[in-house]
Amino acid sequence: MRLFDVLGPVMTGPSSSHTAGAVRIGLTARKLLGEQPAQAEILLHGSFAATGRGHGTDKALVAGLLGMQPDDENIPRSFVLARQAGMLFTVGTINLRGAHPNTALLRLRGQDGHVLEVMGASIGGGRINICQIDGITTNFGADHDTLIVHNLDTPGHVSAVTTCLSEHHINIATMQLYRSAAGGYAVMVLECDQPIPADIVEQLRKMPGIVKVTSLNL
Amino acid sequence: MAYTSVRELLNACKSEGARLDEVILRSDLGESGLTEEESRARMHHLWQVMVATSENYRGEDRSASGFAGGDAAKVEKAAAAGLLYSGGYYARVIAEALKTAECNACMKRIVAAPTAGSCGVLPAVLLPLWRDGLYDEEAICRALYVAAGFGQVVAARATLAGAEGGCQAAVGAASAMAAAALVYLKGGTAEACAEAFAMALTNLEGLVCDPVAGLVELPCIKRNVIGAVNAVSAADMALAGVVGHIPADEVIDAMAEVGAAMSRDLRETGIGGLAGTPTGQAIRDIVTMAGGEE
Repeated sequence: MRLFDVLGPVMTGPSSSHTAGAVRIGLTARKLLGEQPAQAEILLHGSFAATGRGHGTDKALVAGLLGMQPDDENIPRSFVLARQAGMLFTVGTINLRGAHPNTALLRLRGQDGHVLEVMGASIGGGRINICQIDGITTNFGADHDTLIVHNLDTPGHVSAVTTCLSEHHINIATMQLYRSAAGGYAVMVLECDQPIPADIVEQLRKMPGIVKVTSLNL
Repeated sequence: MAYTSVRELLNACKSEGARLDEVILRSDLGESGLTEEESRARMHHLWQVMVATSENYRGEDRSASGFAGGDAAKVEKAAAAGLLYSGGYYARVIAEALKTAECNACMKRIVAAPTAGSCGVLPAVLLPLWRDGLYDEEAICRALYVAAGFGQVVAARATLAGAEGGCQAAVGAASAMAAAALVYLKGGTAEACAEAFAMALTNLEGLVCDPVAGLVELPCIKRNVIGAVNAVSAADMALAGVVGHIPADEVIDAMAEVGAAMSRDLRETGIGGLAGTPTGQAIRDIVTMAGGEE
């Protein structure tokens, strides 16, 4: 373990998993949406549902959606700040079968009405795993710049996307492929060593067979 | 690379003719990609946050559950009135441990050291010394490197997570790290730092993680006090030349073994131990039923 993982991080209490990790799930969901949500439905599962209120998990998720980092001293005031910022939100509980005990499901709506559903788990020490986007399995820690592409499950999309990245001199650190069912909907998750420029996202969106392109730049 | 044994760490000090903090700082630079200057700046920032947390403590603050807050203020008041057995440094250590741990429960900013639940131990033993001007910020930061280096060995050989090793891995490790830092500050040898570390960890071996309602409040806040006070006594023993006889690395390995043998109910699940007592369960029911806002 690195020295500043033993001493640190600086964070708003009380729990690295239930508070700091929850802020990061909210913040990652906001970045994936590409803006501050106009509306957010927050659903807590497992230990998040049982102890989330006492740990401030609800406030932490809202704080993340408002763009706060885990060490922000305004996290306890996030409900009030969300109202001031005009972000509507509800907090409830849900039972997600087979999910990690510290999981939140966020259903977000952007200013222009586009929607995104993100499922994230807080897996310890403030680290997170984004386990689903729009109902399809993903598996990334949101600690790299990440490109997420939803496409029809037909040949050629992987090479089109990787070619596009290589043309822009972006190195791929890890790559995962998922699909809902053969011939249905597929997802590529590419963790990269460089930020993903907006024009790549635009270029990919125009390709035939590509349904949705989302990027996460740290 | 971080050291994976206290023995190697002590050998490196000897062979390089360097201080513990220097050896530990250098071992992290390659891995973290930080320059020495950046690393030192980051350590100073951590210390400044520890100071700010203590200064931002308010006796009237309560946690969301209502079960945490106000205890440090009670200790400070009673100590000032001369009502307590412990006075001077010891009473201040107790109050500071409560302060930082209560701030954590009340959603204030803290430094996880090594975890959020054990965040009060290191600042508790260091803040009174710094406030009295016995050691300046430079010296305190060097001692924090020593604490972190010993903590890295615990992470490598065992764990720092209550969910894996129980409270002995969190408050126990924090206490052992603080004991080493205290001996270092007083000018003790690297070997004496290791002895203090080993004795502090030994004395908290077996401590389970049994938080009531799963919250980082009860018993976590007061466990920070035992961690801090235990660090002071282990440091004092080591400074006096007392040795623990079981070497530090073997104590860490024993802690790992005990942690693995602990029932899952006693590792941060909020099921066994104090969490499972009738009162613990009643508190859980109150806390989890209390829905609504603010």
